[in-house]
Amino acid sequence: MMTERGITPSQTVGPFFAYCLTPEAYGTRGIASSEVATADAAGTRIRIEGRVIDGAGEAVPDAMIEIWQADGEGRYPDHAANAAFRGFGRAETDAHGRFAFTTVKPGPVPGADGSAHAPHIAVSVFARGLLNRLATRLYFEDEPANETDPVLARVPAERRATLLARRTAPDAYAFDIRLQGEGETVFFEI
Amino acid sequence: MSQPPAGVERRAYPRESLAAHPPNDAPAYASTRLRAPRKPLVILPHTLTELTGPVYGHESVAPGENDLTTRHDGAPLGERIVVTGRVLDEDGRPVPHTLIEIWQANSAGRYVHANDRHDAPLDPNFTGAGRVVTDASGAYTFTTIKPGAYPWRNHHNAWRPAHIHFSLFGPSFLTRLVTQMYFPGDPLLALDPIYQAIPDAAARVRLVSDFEIETTKPEWALGYRFDIVLRGRAATPMEDPHDD
Ligand SMILES: [Fe+3]
Repeated sequence: MMTERGITPSQTVGPFFAYCLTPEAYGTRGIASSEVATADAAGTRIRIEGRVIDGAGEAVPDAMIEIWQADGEGRYPDHAANAAFRGFGRAETDAHGRFAFTTVKPGPVPGADGSAHAPHIAVSVFARGLLNRLATRLYFEDEPANETDPVLARVPAERRATLLARRTAPDAYAFDIRLQGEGETVFFEI
Repeated sequence: MSQPPAGVERRAYPRESLAAHPPNDAPAYASTRLRAPRKPLVILPHTLTELTGPVYGHESVAPGENDLTTRHDGAPLGERIVVTGRVLDEDGRPVPHTLIEIWQANSAGRYVHANDRHDAPLDPNFTGAGRVVTDASGAYTFTTIKPGAYPWRNHHNAWRPAHIHFSLFGPSFLTRLVTQMYFPGDPLLALDPIYQAIPDAAARVRLVSDFEIETTKPEWALGYRFDIVLRGRAATPMEDPHDD
């Protein structure tokens, strides 16, 4: 099997991952949770709520969403990250396709050329029917820096809105993920 | 990972290796029909966001979580197996200290998951979830029970080949991988639309573990080897490090 050089292919997470990957309902703790930042973390505390919706407009009740983000100052956590900010969160969708994270709003992240990228969160979607993890990004609709962000600039203008989380309260954003069909979320090859 | 220190050459993750993955749209796997995106993926340059990634497990994985046969008062039913291997990148470098999570059906082909409706018995002595962190050489070992095949409703008389689900992080957001390990000689592999969705036969067989007599424990457990290859950074530095 190791005579062939090449990466191990992806397979679907399937419908039965929860008791291992998001096991709170089974009475055990997973390695991560939907709490990315505790109340002690520096930065503006926010809640992100969304739904995962399929090509028929139906809720996807068996998806797992993972997020990875910088802190309020635009810094990614390293191995010795403080416990208040882990940068990584994992949540399963409920029967209505809903998921939620508590975190802090990320700051602008430095690009390789010294420019600043608009605040954003990397998002992975896993589910039955997805042979590969789908990668997308969450941006914030009320960020002026979106106008000059080099990644958003690569997204066809008419589809950019699918990446913008809507502000629904002073400390809350809504971000729905449409896997297919009308308003299909932009997914990236990474 | 944190930001690469100034002056360190950034190496690219080649995109060619992505050809090993199945397409999102694989009609023979019915659940893809309403869930696979229809629009083309947008190419994302690798920025700091993708070149960093979560590091997990060191503080949360307890000793013994890699032995799925000793998590309850009694011994689970079924064929005891040892699954061992190394996590490498595509240049053959080990991936040390990375978290692996696994989950699987019991020997009768039944998951603990609340939604599993297969009419096969649960085993009170088997949950089927395990975790481990690879050692400095990228090596890992699980002790478990060989999972049974189970029926699913994808098509008439559809049965999944016996498999163990694997989830790995690797050093960055780009190396995240969820996959499945299969067993050698399983006649269901030829009929399985999830396994067969991988177009490249050489890539497909990398998901099939090898029976290994050296790993087999006398009077105790059959041994299987399953090495996992994650995306790696090219051996030669990029021409232009400004890939943002
Ligand atoms: Fe399965």
